[in-house]
Amino acid sequence: MSMNLVAVFAENRPGQTARITGILAQAGVNISWVTIASSGRFGVMKFLVDQRDQAVARLKAEGLMVSLLEVLAVEVENKPGALQAVAEVLGRNQINLDNCSGFVANNRAVLLIETHDLTQAQAVLEKQGLRLLSQQQLQTL
Amino acid sequence: MFWDREVETLPRSGLEKLQLERLQETVQRVASKVPFYQRRFAELGVKPGDIQSLADVRRLPFTTNMDLRTTYPDGLLAVGLQQAVRLHTSSGTTGKPKALFFSRKDVENAAELMARSLVMTGITSSDVFQNMMGYGLFTGGLIMHYGAEKVGCLVIPAGPGTSERQLMLMQDFGTTAVHILPSYALYFAGFLEQRGINPRQHLKLRKAFVGAEPHTEETRLRIEAALGCDVYNSYGLTEMNGPGVAFECEHKAGLHLWEDNFLLEIIDPATAQPLPDGQVGELVLTSLRREAMPLLRYRTRDLTSLIPEPCACGRTHRRLNRITGRSDDMLIVRGVNIFPQQIERVLMSLPQVGRNYVILIEGLDDLTVKAELSASAFDGQVEHLAALQEQLTEKLRAEIWIRPKVELVPAGTLPVADGKAKRVIDHRVI
Repeated sequence: MSMNLVAVFAENRPGQTARITGILAQAGVNISWVTIASSGRFGVMKFLVDQRDQAVARLKAEGLMVSLLEVLAVEVENKPGALQAVAEVLGRNQINLDNCSGFVANNRAVLLIETHDLTQAQAVLEKQGLRLLSQQQLQTL
Repeated sequence: MFWDREVETLPRSGLEKLQLERLQETVQRVASKVPFYQRRFAELGVKPGDIQSLADVRRLPFTTNMDLRTTYPDGLLAVGLQQAVRLHTSSGTTGKPKALFFSRKDVENAAELMARSLVMTGITSSDVFQNMMGYGLFTGGLIMHYGAEKVGCLVIPAGPGTSERQLMLMQDFGTTAVHILPSYALYFAGFLEQRGINPRQHLKLRKAFVGAEPHTEETRLRIEAALGCDVYNSYGLTEMNGPGVAFECEHKAGLHLWEDNFLLEIIDPATAQPLPDGQVGELVLTSLRREAMPLLRYRTRDLTSLIPEPCACGRTHRRLNRITGRSDDMLIVRGVNIFPQQIERVLMSLPQVGRNYVILIEGLDDLTVKAELSASAFDGQVEHLAALQEQLTEKLRAEIWIRPKVELVPAGTLPVADGKAKRVIDHRVI
């Protein structure tokens, strides 16, 4: 039960985020999650959107470099130690997190996990009784 | 395949005899017709009769880039203006261009050398030849056009128009060969990729001729992979007719210089002394057949070396190694001599690096290399980009001995030139 983030390569200079989100807005694409990571003069923006293929096509048509990333969305309890529990089970199984971000909405906590061992991660999390969300479920929290 | 087998395979002794006759004739003519050379001969105390062997060419004066500018527009003409039928210029970065005149015989001869060069790679009259070089004052377009037409190809004088139109012509007329700038070939390959066009499947291209910009073997391999065809390196300069001075044969192992038309020397650019075969130095050319505007010992400023061994193709005209740079392209950054080709070689050897790059020098000797990322190399991970940047910096440092700042930019963000690519931008204020 994974989903895709749309990753965009951009130069790290004023106006780039506005330009890219502008393309998505024009295409009528809704963004439900975003992270921006920069390294010096360039950066990568990652979006979770409602119309993935439409977003990719429009961004590419504007000449942007786009890639899809597979991620897992894990629902955890909104209480102390919840993130630690996830990290611990992954660590115990030698699964390294490439990137992770999280938020709380309507008192429900969600972690978005990027890892090289997606299948393995999914298996151990489910075994631990954690709930993996589909994109549909994530967007209707 | 040969266009003129007899001349192309002339035994060295016969070729050198022909060279000497033509050299003597050329020297005789400039001595009687061109005041500039009359003055130079007088200064050096040399007379046409002194040229008794090919080695005597060293007694003759050099002609430089600057000489062409000071005699601009027509101070080096050896015929009356009414005998000249064509003017080309060579662009200068500053001031006036260099003006080169052609007589009718010169135009015909330039086309002849071009035809030899094309046929040497396997071009025949059944080829559809799309000439994507600029027509006009630049020799690259027109002279190549004449040569391809002489071979009997269907020539499409496309010029450097938009990629859309180039592609349309290629598809509609089944283009089999193109003449293209290497920088544009790389850009065009990206354009095809974006359009979902696989040249091997959707186009009939089998040969591409690249020239007018010095480029590396790594760039050739990239263009071959991206366009799915053989790529041949060519060398020419407006001062010596334009393209078709030296060209690769089917073996792609150095460029045969047409020695029945040009007398070559390789000299140390600093001391102007001849260098032994195989050593890299400045190429110096004397035109042996140019009628309207012969040039003696023209200092091309192009750096190369001679391959004295015979070629497997059977031609006796000796080969030059790929031009490694132009002596005035050399950059001095933090006291280190750097040729842009060194940087290009590193960039093009990494598949993650895309097809366009620019070298920036700013402030007090700060060297920045901006390189586009190749479309397939982006996997969404910023860490991988940072690692690639570091790897690139390290490889460049090993090649040029100073540590440049490397910036990776998205494909398609660096400017694409209309004509020759501007790879080096020097903003230093000295």
